[in-house]
Amino acid sequence: MHEVVSITAHSEIRLQSAPSPMPLQVRNLTFATDNTEILKGIDLDLATDHLTVLMGPNGAGKSVLLRLLHGLLEPTSGDVRWSGQPLTKAIRKEQALVFQKPVLLRRSVSANLNFALGLRRIPDRAIRLKEALADLGLESLARRPARVLSGGEQQRLALARALILKPKVLMLDEPTANLDPASTLLIEQAISKVRRSGVKVIMITHAPHQARRLAEEVVFIHAGRITEHKPAKAFFDRPESEAARAYLAGEILI
Amino acid sequence: MQDFAHSFTLAGELIVSGNEDLAEIIALSMRVTATALGISALIGLPFGAILAVSRFPGRGAITVLANALMGLPPVVVGLSVYMLLSNAGPLGPLQLLYTPTAMIIAQAVLITPIIIALTRQVIADLNAEYADTFHSLVVPWHTAVGALLWDARFSLITVLLAGFGRAVAEVGAVMIVGGNINHVTRMMTTAIALETSRGDLALALALGMVLLLIALAVNGAVAFLRGTERSAAHA
Repeated sequence: MHEVVSITAHSEIRLQSAPSPMPLQVRNLTFATDNTEILKGIDLDLATDHLTVLMGPNGAGKSVLLRLLHGLLEPTSGDVRWSGQPLTKAIRKEQALVFQKPVLLRRSVSANLNFALGLRRIPDRAIRLKEALADLGLESLARRPARVLSGGEQQRLALARALILKPKVLMLDEPTANLDPASTLLIEQAISKVRRSGVKVIMITHAPHQARRLAEEVVFIHAGRITEHKPAKAFFDRPESEAARAYLAGEILI
Repeated sequence: MQDFAHSFTLAGELIVSGNEDLAEIIALSMRVTATALGISALIGLPFGAILAVSRFPGRGAITVLANALMGLPPVVVGLSVYMLLSNAGPLGPLQLLYTPTAMIIAQAVLITPIIIALTRQVIADLNAEYADTFHSLVVPWHTAVGALLWDARFSLITVLLAGFGRAVAEVGAVMIVGGNINHVTRMMTTAIALETSRGDLALALALGMVLLLIALAVNGAVAFLRGTERSAAHA
């Protein structure tokens, strides 16, 4: 027990040195493909001090929005600004995105993390590597090929690779989808720890219980539009839109 | 039939006895093909990888050209290299015609498009998987190319072995630019052609058997590497 406490405290001290504010402004953002408008004029302001959960039914446009925020997709029209600046390489270097299905290099666990470290001028690489492995419980797997890991271990490695560069903004696209409860718990603990250290977290989840556990604010998207954006408790206690009420009641939304 | 069996016996004896002529021809063949493969790999692997990950005007045309040149007729390559290296050609002063170097050049010209086209395909497939992650991590393009080449190394060794197989079995181009000169430019394939026409089936068969053994060894190596790849779960 003492050991767990000391590890946790140590991790928090490490993580507190990373972040600084990076507020987000989105104006009239649209994204269309093959004559289908996926996002329809999104306006969104996110402060730096919340763990924001994007919720909504399948096909609502959540993943597309996350990719647009990170510059993986070009908007059809509209504007994405971080700290008042358009999305540049320098800003993207301060962000990390964890995909629903982790894509890992065909190398060992350590080599995957070292690859990320090699992309930036980081003086204390060995220490960072050790910390990242410890934070996500991957020390015993350090020399294993990444591709033989279980789904949960792979996702923890993907998260470790995202965090090892100490981003100011962490984006997660359903990071625990299809994972077992133990892996889900480890990942949620890591996300909470990162959030407490001041990193802005934007996360997509379909699991209402997970959203209740983690979210500080919820952005609900339906049919390419934001229908609600409010503190998590208010959203879960008093959803205003018909779509959000139906979604939380477990009804199937099209 | 008896002659055929007799030739086989003689061929076996030539191989087992370590016949000097046979050994010299095999050694030259291996040296020429390995050098040509090395040159083609140095050009083809990075060029194929860059072709797979970059976007520039004319990229599509280069890809089509590389694919088309995979089927380049060896005699056309031989003739082209011959014209370049002959006394009247632009590289005539180098006096390379009828030397092993000329055969290396011909084989390199022949297999470089194969290495480029197959590398491009292998790297493009892997890049389709990695692209979003690389973009998210803001990976510089040269780092991405290096990482893709490294991670695709097992598949790329198969590509190189395909190029080796094509080069080592080739006869037309090396015959034209090498001249099949005894103790200078006589390769396994050109010697087989010559000895068959002269009726010395034993030597031709012995060389053919060695060539077959090499082809088997190459395929065995490919199968072994595939097995290693799978067992290491790098696939």
